[in-house]
Amino acid sequence: MKNHKAPSALSQFKWHIIVFVVLALVILTADLFAQNGVRYIHQERSLYRNIVVTEDSNRRCMRFTITSRIGQNQSCRFLENPQELVFPYAKMTLSSLLVQDNPRRILIVGLGGGTLPDTYSTLFPNSEIIISEIDDAVFRVARDYFGFRETEKIKVDIGDARVYIKRAGLRGEKFDLVILDAFNGEYIPEHLMSVEFLEEVKKLLPENGMVIANTFSTSRLYAAESNTYQSVFGEFFNIRMSGTGNRVVVASMQPLPDKDSLIAKAPEFENRLKPFGMDITRFPQFMSTDITWDTQQRILTDQYSPANLLNN
Amino acid sequence: MVLAFIAGFIIMAIELLGGRILAPYFGSSIYVWGSIITVFMLSLSVGYLSGGKLSLLNPNLKTYGTFFIGAALLLIPLILWANPIMEFLFLQIEDPRYGSLVVSMILFFIPTAIMGMIAPYSVRLLVQSTHGSGHVAGKLYFVSTLGSALGTLATSFYLVLWFEVNQILITMFVVLVASGIAAIIASSKLQATSE
Repeated sequence: MKNHKAPSALSQFKWHIIVFVVLALVILTADLFAQNGVRYIHQERSLYRNIVVTEDSNRRCMRFTITSRIGQNQSCRFLENPQELVFPYAKMTLSSLLVQDNPRRILIVGLGGGTLPDTYSTLFPNSEIIISEIDDAVFRVARDYFGFRETEKIKVDIGDARVYIKRAGLRGEKFDLVILDAFNGEYIPEHLMSVEFLEEVKKLLPENGMVIANTFSTSRLYAAESNTYQSVFGEFFNIRMSGTGNRVVVASMQPLPDKDSLIAKAPEFENRLKPFGMDITRFPQFMSTDITWDTQQRILTDQYSPANLLNN
Repeated sequence: MVLAFIAGFIIMAIELLGGRILAPYFGSSIYVWGSIITVFMLSLSVGYLSGGKLSLLNPNLKTYGTFFIGAALLLIPLILWANPIMEFLFLQIEDPRYGSLVVSMILFFIPTAIMGMIAPYSVRLLVQSTHGSGHVAGKLYFVSTLGSALGTLATSFYLVLWFEVNQILITMFVVLVASGIAAIIASSKLQATSE
């Protein structure tokens, strides 16, 4: 009998250790968040990811993973002035107005907190905006915590963007502006990066249409992706700013304007973009057509699209 | 045993590539994977059943070899006509859930079912006594499932980084044909020695 008792005492001891470690971890993490002043407001697990809404003293953010270190903010809004853009990439996207202004029909792939749709609809109240978002949980969170609203002019289509774009092409629909903003999660949707996909996007663009992609600026993927855009659209503007891992691709159906015309056009938008916390006159310097990547890197196709592996 | 390993490897490699093949038309939503896995499970179950049944009539290595060649030949539509087939069904079926399910049925069901026949038939060929039958079946499960594990790993970690989807499929076609021919040659050699 004695022999039986010993192991059970040992396992009880083990339990104590486990409980202690768990408690210690809970306290430590709680402390970590308290230090940053970050509060969890909402958490949910959707079919595709964990969605977390956090808030600190001046802004509210949407994240796609739970741990604060790995989890990148997908979308943030300032509490005081929700219109002001938090991230450089949103401003880089808007700087494309210097290339082609006044879009009447806009397709945005990836909703996030709804920053881009809201900004474009404020700037162009008469334009029609369609957002393709795969995860309806993101849509609900954007609505409940970020003040995003569907309106007469702003519509959300829940589903895979590749399917939406293929069908829109078959229906002969056109969009003056297509914004691809689905690439900052943990997993890159590889079927939204291939030559074939970009050809389908191109079919949606009218004569003066433009596509903007918020994507990667590092790793082999940067080169692969750049070569892929180049092969479909030819020369494009690459917008890069120091201090951000993003770069924004701006490709147009029209020949690109030169730097002087970008600079000349900036004052036209200067006042309109001020409310968004953006000084557009600073942006022409970041827009370049220089090839700053390895042109030998294989382009991405539906047959060859290891984007997630290339990003390692 | 080696052949069972190859079959296991190829089944999972194709299943994984299935997601790649369907994504341009149906996206990579969770239901696309749901369709693919459903079809593979269904076709393997049918394959196991019919492979076991076939092992009742005059089991021999030659028939075994033809399974491999048959599976290879039935991969041809997947290699050559996947896009037109998907294009057609994409236009017919609005709902990507059923679209991907029907496409998976058409592209993967038959070749996978044939590959599923290999496992029970291998058991029949290798079993010599009822006493050892469980052991043989266990070893075959081990080898073919190990093959599946490696097929999944190799494809998702490396093969898609180095090759195009069709290059991988064509290689599998060649390996299947070679395996089939090897089995048939072995069978005729065995016959010659027994005569």
